[in-house]
Amino acid sequence: MGNHSDGSPNHSGTVATAGQNEVEKFQDPGIPPHRLRLADTDPKAAKRAERQVALLFGVSVVGTLIFLVAYFAIDLGADTSIATIRLQNALLGLGTAFAMLGIGTGIVHWAKALMPDHEVSEERHPIRTEEDRLAAVRIVDDIVEETGIKRRPLIRNTLLGAVALAPLPAIAVFGDLGPRPDQTLAHTMWAPQDGKLKRLTRDPDGTPIKAADVTIGSAFHVIPEGLNELPEGKLNAKAKAVVLLMRLDPASLNPSKGREDWSYNGIVAYSKICTHVGCPVALYEQQTHHLLCPCHQSTFDLTNECKVIFGPASRPLPQLPIAVDAEGYLVATSDFNEPVGPSYWERDEHERSIKS
Amino acid sequence: MSAASRAEAPAFVATTKAGRITDFVDARVGGSGILREFGRKVFPDHWSFMFGEVALYSFVILLLSGTFLTFFFDPSMAETHYAGSYLPMKNVEMSVAYSSSLNISFDIRGGLFMRQVHHWAALLFVASIGVHMLRVFFTGAFRKPREMNWVVGSVLLILAMAAGFTGYSLPDDLLSGNGLRIIDGVIKSIPVVGTYISFFLFGGEFPGTAVIGRLYTLHILLVPALILLMIVLHLFMVVVHKHTQYPGPGRNDGNVVGYPLGPVYAAKAGGFFFIVFGVIALMAAFFTINPIWNYGPYDPSPVSAGTQPDWYIGFVDGALRLMPGVIGNFHFEYVIFGHTLTLNVLLPALVPAGILFTVMFMYPWIESWVTKDTREHHVLDRPRNAPTRTAIGVAGFVWYCVMWAAAGSDLIATNFHVSLNDVTYWLRTLFFVGPIIAFIVAKRVALALQRKDREIALHGRETGRIVRLPHGEFIEVHAPLDEYKRYKLVGFESPAPLPAVPNDHGVVTRKEKRRAFLSRWFFEDRVAPATPAELEAAHGHHGPAVEAAEESKSLSH
Amino acid sequence: MKALSQKRRHPLAVIALLLMGLLVTGGLYAVATTVNQAKASTTSYSANDSAEGKKLFQANCATCHGMGAGGTKDAPSLVGVGAAAVDFQVGTGRMPMQMNGPQAAEKPAQFNDQQTQQLSAYVASLGAGPAVPEAGLLDEKGDAAKGGELFRVNCAMCHNAAAAGGALTRGKFAPALAGVSGQHIYEAMVSGPQNMPVFSDTNVSPEGKRDIITFLKQIESNGSPGGADLGSLGPVSEGLFVWIAGLGVIIAFTIWLTSRTS
Repeated sequence: MGNHSDGSPNHSGTVATAGQNEVEKFQDPGIPPHRLRLADTDPKAAKRAERQVALLFGVSVVGTLIFLVAYFAIDLGADTSIATIRLQNALLGLGTAFAMLGIGTGIVHWAKALMPDHEVSEERHPIRTEEDRLAAVRIVDDIVEETGIKRRPLIRNTLLGAVALAPLPAIAVFGDLGPRPDQTLAHTMWAPQDGKLKRLTRDPDGTPIKAADVTIGSAFHVIPEGLNELPEGKLNAKAKAVVLLMRLDPASLNPSKGREDWSYNGIVAYSKICTHVGCPVALYEQQTHHLLCPCHQSTFDLTNECKVIFGPASRPLPQLPIAVDAEGYLVATSDFNEPVGPSYWERDEHERSIKS
Repeated sequence: MSAASRAEAPAFVATTKAGRITDFVDARVGGSGILREFGRKVFPDHWSFMFGEVALYSFVILLLSGTFLTFFFDPSMAETHYAGSYLPMKNVEMSVAYSSSLNISFDIRGGLFMRQVHHWAALLFVASIGVHMLRVFFTGAFRKPREMNWVVGSVLLILAMAAGFTGYSLPDDLLSGNGLRIIDGVIKSIPVVGTYISFFLFGGEFPGTAVIGRLYTLHILLVPALILLMIVLHLFMVVVHKHTQYPGPGRNDGNVVGYPLGPVYAAKAGGFFFIVFGVIALMAAFFTINPIWNYGPYDPSPVSAGTQPDWYIGFVDGALRLMPGVIGNFHFEYVIFGHTLTLNVLLPALVPAGILFTVMFMYPWIESWVTKDTREHHVLDRPRNAPTRTAIGVAGFVWYCVMWAAAGSDLIATNFHVSLNDVTYWLRTLFFVGPIIAFIVAKRVALALQRKDREIALHGRETGRIVRLPHGEFIEVHAPLDEYKRYKLVGFESPAPLPAVPNDHGVVTRKEKRRAFLSRWFFEDRVAPATPAELEAAHGHHGPAVEAAEESKSLSH
Repeated sequence: MKALSQKRRHPLAVIALLLMGLLVTGGLYAVATTVNQAKASTTSYSANDSAEGKKLFQANCATCHGMGAGGTKDAPSLVGVGAAAVDFQVGTGRMPMQMNGPQAAEKPAQFNDQQTQQLSAYVASLGAGPAVPEAGLLDEKGDAAKGGELFRVNCAMCHNAAAAGGALTRGKFAPALAGVSGQHIYEAMVSGPQNMPVFSDTNVSPEGKRDIITFLKQIESNGSPGGADLGSLGPVSEGLFVWIAGLGVIIAFTIWLTSRTS
């Protein structure tokens, strides 16, 4: 750009530095002269635009008819195929789209082509004038004076106190939105009932699982025995109790002290509820022995007691101690040794109470 | 005025039937006065001013289609067995809410269409609010006197997200159920009261049998009522302030140039409602949204790959994904005074969204504090003419987009055949680096565009016409601009940094020093508008052809 | 209880137990093989098949899997993987593997049906394993609703509720299931290819697998009632669509709306 001022900040003469704001400026030339449209000068063009607008409104009428025909000609029933539903949906939508776009584009075309297009300038007025402000101040002063609130602090203060307290019942009244949490989050359905150990059963049908059925490389989605028979609160119980059952080569498991007998012949059971925010950690990679949560990609290493190896979870998945009963079925020898699922404020307290 | 004299005033008598009805109403509500005030009110015309209208119209469409849906939807979480006509769900155990959503889709004529209209309109509603806010931000339309309206708009964004999320959960399908499960996990991470809030929201343990009904009440009553209230406030302030306008010839802070409400602007705005409705109807006709029949009923055991929230909650979900739970041996979840603090959930769920929304709400005041600009602004800035603000906006937007992209990290991995883990590592890096790069690039681009404007203002625009000069050189002829076009390029303010000023006691406070530092940062890189003297110089020194020759020379370098 | 355990320690008891165990396993094996034979009735292999298969194997597979299919450090042993695994891996083109990667990719099959069958016959002859399913299990006439339930519990977390596929760790992924034949789906379930867990008949019964295939084929042939399915990828593709297509069209309208007519 040669020796022209190129406006770069360090080029002298092109930048108004501080205090140099009074550089001469271009004058506003005002609103550009109005330019006529074709339809303003040529009656034929105007007539053409008029016909186009009418045509668009006509399209809208056709759209409405399409909608009505599609609605009444196609009835839905038990034997309706998906293709019919898709067709009806498409026709109803197409009809609506024509009906709406016809009106919309018609009006806009009318406005653009045939209505006057002179740009108009309107003065802005101050949002608040000084005169109004003074008047308002006077009125407020008068009102305050007439109520006497400044002269009667007793009234003012008691009113403030009353108003401050009055919303409390409105808050308190929501106290019954839910029960107190207490210890509910600490326990699951896996706790033995009346001394009887709970069998591991298949999700969703509740068939008990034999240890022999669990071949190496397989993954079973497991619910506790009796879950499907619960009269109520089934989903609540399921939300804590779901377990993933897998079998690995026993040599690849590295149980820590005290957890050696929590597995059976390489069969391990882990809570399926992610310790991050509770999605089901259901993705089992049978060769890498990784468990992956599809929601936030927390990855757990099955060979290392489900320690977190990637992602936002911070705590290993809780392990369910299992054994085999006299008939060869897998059973949980106890409830989880810690609360399952996402962490919460009282979690550590609960864990300590479970372990003690 | 006495009663007698009022009676004596000659009364207007309408002649036609319509005229009599109009007169009846007018005499009782004072319509003439309103029409006189607003009938010819001027509105500036620019495509970027339409996004607020898109949001408003989407909301109207949401109210219409939503009302239809309420007639058939049953928000009960009681157990039932599906008896409708969709075969792959026959006799499956599910909640009444999910069953009625399936019935709307398969057994009620037009029900599926209405569901799709409602959901597409909801996505468009939030998206258009977002684009509208970006437009307002980048053009500086939030400046005095519109700061409060910016805040009302921000509240509307949050309410729109709330409306969307409460609606997303209603069908009680597997996807939304897992969404609620995540919300439950996030709520439980709140220290001290989290567990209680969770139990209060769900009426006990997750998932319970109460939450759908409660969300339904919020979704169809409370949130829309608040949105309506905020829209009224928003529009009221638009009327008070009058619309902003882009800089250009004849436009200044004391006027508003555009088309009168009646007929042109009213026709365009009214017609645009039908256009928005038509576009949404087209989407609903041909593109599936939220195929709840694929997901199945909510059950805490299954989950689908690709479980994501709707796009506007995506950035929070993405932040949750990006946060590592363990770094080396440091666990972000730890026990403090016998209680569990789970920062790996709490930080990403609250901090990025908190920063975004706090900065968003405060920005008008932050900028006016730095610039000490307390004047009213009705003429907008072109984004390039406020490079630092534009750069801040782009940096924030990129930061948002990184988190947003993270919410789809698994789909990025499968669709581009890269490793899921690598996508996460890259996005973690971009989370910190992205906004910085974006800031620098956006600022440089804005400054470059300003220089380009100067060039064009001083030397005319490139015509694309190549001319061979007698001595053999080729040049491109530049056509000078007319004064209207030129004014558009030069008619802007280019404020200089404001050094620290001592206060009344003659002391330069530390706060003032900080402000001066920020002011320098805000305004130091700047390109001043071309002046008449420069134009004179440009034309005085060389003839137009020679000038053009020089131009082409520099281009060929 | 105590008496029983004492008896069990008696040397004779051990022998008796061993004998009994052998008998039981032998019997079970016999039953299992007959079951397998029954299921594999549509594809009975002749000795010739097996011999031809051996030649093909040694020419194309032995480099990695070893001459006797006993496995090397590059590839696992194929003894006992069964015909189902071979039919799936070779029939979908995953094997022979093109290159080492996170997982073997699907590609056009290298062998024709007959060659695939011969390879299957050879590997099946090395040791008992899951057989190619019989046609009755692939008739797509099972209970789609039950299949859907099983699919959501056992498969949807990797393959997506609409079978559109999903990501696994470190570049691995669960493929989309549209266009995959019922036979290959069945074989994948019983053989657990690559990182997919095995769904043996005790986990998901053969009828359950038939239901799953019925469900998959039904949703595939139904298509989406709401129009184009945008890849069935859920809210991400919906969000992208509304931002790009939805807002794009609306912006085009706004530009038209505010432009000046000539």
